[in-house]
Amino acid sequence: MVDQQLKIELGKQGVLVTTIEELYNWGRRSSIWPMQFGLACCAIEMIATTMARYDLARFGAEVFRPSPRQADLMIISGTVTKKMAPQVVRLYNQMAEPRYVIAMGACAISGGPFKQGYNVLKGIDRYIPVDVHIPGCPPRPEALIQAFMTLQKKIDAQPLTGEGRPRHLDAAAQGEFPVPEQGEHDLEPTSNKGVWPVPVVIR
Amino acid sequence: MTTPAATSAFLREKMEEGWNRPPIMEPDGEAELLEVAMGPHHPSTHGVFRMDLALDGERVIRLKPVFGYLHRNHEKIAEGVSYLASMPYTDRLDYICSLTNNWAYALAVEKLTGQEVPERAEYIRVILGELTRIQNHASSIGFLLQEMGASGTPLMYAFKEREKILDLFESLTGSRMMCNYMRFGGCRVDVSAAWLDAARKVVAGLPGFIDEFENLLSGNEILMARCQGVGILRPELAVNAGVTGPMLRGSGVNYDIRKIDHYGIYDRFRFRVPLGDHGDVYDRYMVRILEMRESIAILNQALKEIPGGSIMDPKAKIRGFRPKPGEAYGRIEAPKGELGFYLISDGGPNPYRYRVRPPSLINLTVLEDMCLGSNVADVVLIFGSVDIVLGEVDR
Repeated sequence: MVDQQLKIELGKQGVLVTTIEELYNWGRRSSIWPMQFGLACCAIEMIATTMARYDLARFGAEVFRPSPRQADLMIISGTVTKKMAPQVVRLYNQMAEPRYVIAMGACAISGGPFKQGYNVLKGIDRYIPVDVHIPGCPPRPEALIQAFMTLQKKIDAQPLTGEGRPRHLDAAAQGEFPVPEQGEHDLEPTSNKGVWPVPVVIR
Repeated sequence: MTTPAATSAFLREKMEEGWNRPPIMEPDGEAELLEVAMGPHHPSTHGVFRMDLALDGERVIRLKPVFGYLHRNHEKIAEGVSYLASMPYTDRLDYICSLTNNWAYALAVEKLTGQEVPERAEYIRVILGELTRIQNHASSIGFLLQEMGASGTPLMYAFKEREKILDLFESLTGSRMMCNYMRFGGCRVDVSAAWLDAARKVVAGLPGFIDEFENLLSGNEILMARCQGVGILRPELAVNAGVTGPMLRGSGVNYDIRKIDHYGIYDRFRFRVPLGDHGDVYDRYMVRILEMRESIAILNQALKEIPGGSIMDPKAKIRGFRPKPGEAYGRIEAPKGELGFYLISDGGPNPYRYRVRPPSLINLTVLEDMCLGSNVADVVLIFGSVDIVLGEVDR
C-alpha cells in the first residue's frame, strides 16, 4: 500500500497513484443507477429527491432505470404488502450483481404504522438483504441522500478479495433468493432464514 | 368550454337515451390475442397496479384492472382505534394531498358529534385545501407529461412549485407530506402573521408559474396530437359510474361539491368551475390547469379576509369522546374528486364502521371503457389522466 502522505505529495506533482480496488470502487459508487420502482408514499419523496431542489444527479444516481436488468440499486419506497412481496423478491432476483437495496421508510423496515394490519409485510429484510435502512414516515429527501452517501461509503470499503468482498466476486454467494408464495394464512415461507434469522423471544 | 346551462340540457337529453356502454371490442378476423400484464411494477402505473390487457396487434380488446397491491387495512385499523388516532392514517390515503384527507375526516367526525368550527379555522382549512389542490394538479400534470415521453422537464417545473407549497406546509404543520393538521372542531396550531405573509408571497408567484407551464405545454403540437380525441369519457357514462372531480368536469358535467354542499365557507368566495367539452385527455389536462387558476382566486380572497380569533371550538373534545349512536357522512371536493368518510358510531370510543369513499378508485372503474380500441401507448396516457394515487385506491 502507498503511504497516504507520499500519495498526496505525488498528487501535487501531477502523479496519480492508486490501487485497482480504489479505482474500481470509485467507478462503482459514482454511478449507482436506481430502479424506477415506487411502492407507496415514500416514492413521492424519492421523486422529489431526483428533482431540481435536491438533485440526486450530484451523486451520480439520477438515471432511474425502469428495468431491473439495468439497475444497481433497489429503493424499497413504501409499504410492502403480502400481495406485493413476491413481486419485490422476483424483481430483486432479476437485478444483475452487484446490487444493493435501500429500505426507505418505516413501512419497508418493519411495517411501520400499518404493522398491525393483516396484509402488511413486517419488513422487507425478511426476504432480501438490505444494505441501508432509513427511518421516517416518509423520510425527507435529505435522509434519502444520506442513505446514498452511506451506501457509497459501504461500496468504497468493500475489498475485492477475501472476506467482505461484493457478492459478484464471490462464486459461493447466493444469487437467487426464494420467492415466497401466498399460503393458506400467510406467505410461505414467512421469512428467508438465511437472510433474516428469526429472533428468539426470551420470556 | 360549455356553459353550465347548456351542459345540463345536453346531459338530460343524453340521460334519456339510457345506459350506453361502448361496444365490446372484437378482434379482426382470426388474429390471436396477445395477453399482456402491465404492472404491478411498471414505470407509469403511479405505484403498484396491474392491468391485464388483451391486444389485437396494438389495439386494446380487453382491459382488466387488478387492485390490492397496496391494501394496507386502513378501514380495519381505524375501527380498532379511537377517532383521533385515525387522523394520521388518513394522511396516508392520498399521500399527495394529506390536508384534504384530514379535512374530510374532520368534517365527518364533526357531523357525528355536532361540533362547530370557528371562522378562523375554516379560513385556514380553505387556504390549506386550495394550496393542496394546486400542488396536486401541478404534479399530476407533470406525471401525465412524463408518461407521454416529456421526460423530466414538466415534472421538474411542477415539483419546483410543489416544493414552495410543501415548505409552507412544513413550517406550519411540521411535516412536508404527512401533515396530520386538522382536528375535530378546528385546527392543531394557529397560523402566524409571518406564515400568512409567506403564503401570500407564494400565491403571488403562482400565476406566473402557470403561465410559464402553459406557454411551455398547452399549445405544444406533440401534446395536442397525443391527447386530443384520446380516451373520451362520455358524460352519461361518467355520471352513471359515479366519476367525480376533474374527470367528471372534463366531460362537461357541472358538479363541484364546493358549489353544491357549500361545506366550510365556500359560499363566501367567488370562483368559477371550469368544464371540458370533449371529455378527452386534453380536456382533463386543461380543466386541471384552469382549476389551479380558480384556486389562486380563492386563495387571494381567503388570505385577504382571514379574521382573527380562536382556531378551536372551546367546547370541542378531541380525545376520549364517545359520540351518540348514529351515523355521519362527511364529503369534500378533494383534488381528485369526491372524498367521503362514512362513520357509524355505536356509542363507543371508536367507530363501529369506518368507510372511505375514495375518488381514485371510483374514477378508475371507467378505465376499460376509455381504453377499448386505443393503442397500448395511449392506455398509459389515459391512465395518467385519471390521476390516481394507489394509497387511496387500495386503502
